[in-house]
Amino acid sequence: MIAIVDYQAGNLASVRKAFDHLGYESAITADPVEIARASKIVLPGVGNFEATTALSGPLQDAVVKAIDRQIPVLGICLGMQWMFESSREAPQLRGLGLFAGECEKFPVTVKSPHVGWNQLQVGGASRLLRGLPEHAFVYFTHSYRAPLVAATVGKCEYGGSFSAVVERGDLFGVQFHPEKSGTAGLHLLCNFCEL
Amino acid sequence: MLTKRIIACLDVNAGRVVKGVQFSDLRDAGDPAALALTHGRAGADEVVLLDISATYEQRSTLLDVVRRTARQLFIPFTVGGGIRSLDDAAAVFDAGADKVAVNSAALADPTLIGRIAHRYGSQAVIVAIDALRVSHGNGLSFGVRATGGRDATGRGAVEWAGEAEQSGAGEILLTSIDRDGMRDGFDCELTRAVVNAVNIPVIASGGAGAAGHFVDVFRDGRADAALAASIFHLGVTPIGDLKQELQAAGIPMRWPC
Repeated sequence: MIAIVDYQAGNLASVRKAFDHLGYESAITADPVEIARASKIVLPGVGNFEATTALSGPLQDAVVKAIDRQIPVLGICLGMQWMFESSREAPQLRGLGLFAGECEKFPVTVKSPHVGWNQLQVGGASRLLRGLPEHAFVYFTHSYRAPLVAATVGKCEYGGSFSAVVERGDLFGVQFHPEKSGTAGLHLLCNFCEL
Repeated sequence: MLTKRIIACLDVNAGRVVKGVQFSDLRDAGDPAALALTHGRAGADEVVLLDISATYEQRSTLLDVVRRTARQLFIPFTVGGGIRSLDDAAAVFDAGADKVAVNSAALADPTLIGRIAHRYGSQAVIVAIDALRVSHGNGLSFGVRATGGRDATGRGAVEWAGEAEQSGAGEILLTSIDRDGMRDGFDCELTRAVVNAVNIPVIASGGAGAAGHFVDVFRDGRADAALAASIFHLGVTPIGDLKQELQAAGIPMRWPC
């Protein structure tokens, strides 16, 4: 069972619908016991980095324990940013620090938020992106972005390059919304389900 | 590169898609959920469902339509029409919408924009503006109309768009009442005036009739996205053909998709 961690940060139902559509069982849950027992974990989310305060405490402990057991974890949008060390959007908070670096705002030279379909530039071996066209279009909506790091396997260009997909071992993060990215997004979610 | 978006709009009245001309003279165009899926498969980048009747009795019908549509649609899905409160917005989000479009209620109480944005994020709030050209002497301005184009508000579209952005809107859906259903091109002057006044994406609407109109509104109007309804439902312009034509004209498109 795939646990979709409920921390009151939007788009939970659309992620669930995508798994239903693909034929994989998932549950939206804020129960640390259920999360600790899950075969896979999704950290969804849209909105302000401050929303991740709802993840601190027992939810975070459950996620960290699952990561120690090498359960695949997929962070989406804000969920991915939480896997980094911090974000300038809420500098007083700490992320999980699974990936190095701080999320920052787009430069003023481009419209923000970055809304719409943009292309992935895939670089490096990725289990999450397996079988995806090299320059697949995916749907973004965000005002802060994660830097390029060693774990970056997919870049995107908008006022400079940023991490669109990060992957290391069983840890995965995507800045875009695969549940809203048409067939390319469903393909990626299917890859995650089949890990 | 970030692409320009082509958005298919479904105007829904009493649970059916309808098509009007200059906001009236409605004709049946099909089932909303079925049409949304068809458009998604054909290459639409987003689907917008506007409940143009939005009477109290029809709200439950609408929510059922939203639910049925959202279940199968894996691209961004916006719902507007008759959203008067945070509770109305919450019901639509719960039914599966990714964004809501607010119009008359936001004009009456601009704090509604911020209240929805605070709970669901700015990316989930589109402020829809219905604008009408107003000529005076040797000048031209764009007035804002409320309640489906019926009531003058005394506001200007450019100023209102700026205020909506300040209040927390994530996008502006800008409809030209003059061009609605006319299929003779978008109002590029109106679009450009609003685009230049805000730093959030602007969706141009009203007047789509041919591929050249989209080229104009992306180039001259500087729109981030363009919305159309009848030309897609009636099969006048298949979305795939349109996107290929725009791509050939140098407009960045999500194609093939």
